[in-house]
Amino acid sequence: MSNCACSCQAAPKFVFSCSGAADVGEVADQAARAVSREGAAKMFCLAGIGGKVSGIVKSTEAAEKVVAIDGCPLNCARKTLEEAGFTGFEHIQLDALGLKKGESPATPENIQTVMRAVTEAFSK
Amino acid sequence: MKILVMGPGCPKCEQTEKTVRDAVAEAGIAADIEKVKDFQEIAKYGIFSTPAVVIDGEVKVVGRAPSKKDVLDWLK
Repeated sequence: MSNCACSCQAAPKFVFSCSGAADVGEVADQAARAVSREGAAKMFCLAGIGGKVSGIVKSTEAAEKVVAIDGCPLNCARKTLEEAGFTGFEHIQLDALGLKKGESPATPENIQTVMRAVTEAFSK
Repeated sequence: MKILVMGPGCPKCEQTEKTVRDAVAEAGIAADIEKVKDFQEIAKYGIFSTPAVVIDGEVKVVGRAPSKKDVLDWLK
């Protein structure tokens, strides 16, 4: 099978992470990267959405499904996507998963918890 | 004006190239139209699905073949 990514095949699934400075930002980032490595979705650049980089915005518009991960209740990833005009994407906030800012280091267990939530969001 | 039509060569990519060439001819403008098939080159634009059209560095569409009207609007 070729690596053709034409629209005749399934559109990509994208996961965006806040990748913030706090521990929960690191957990969100690591979970998004791990999900991307496993192939369930492609981690895509939230900064490209904020910077309105045309290719990243248009690719996101063409995505089959988008999941945003926010480490804390500031919801920067969700707000960045909304500011760019995106609606209808799945949103995961680590606070709602019991991972509190300042108390949740990027341990394998915490990363796994978020990975499970991301996988579940893509299956909705 | 430089127009890049991104796609490996599937029917929708070919259709997109034809649509772009038809629109440029109809608009009567001078444009350098280039087909890009290399995925590394395509990914440099943040494009993860094809066909896609880039006009003077700005990505106009990703993942679908545009209509001639779409392209004519972009050429204005």
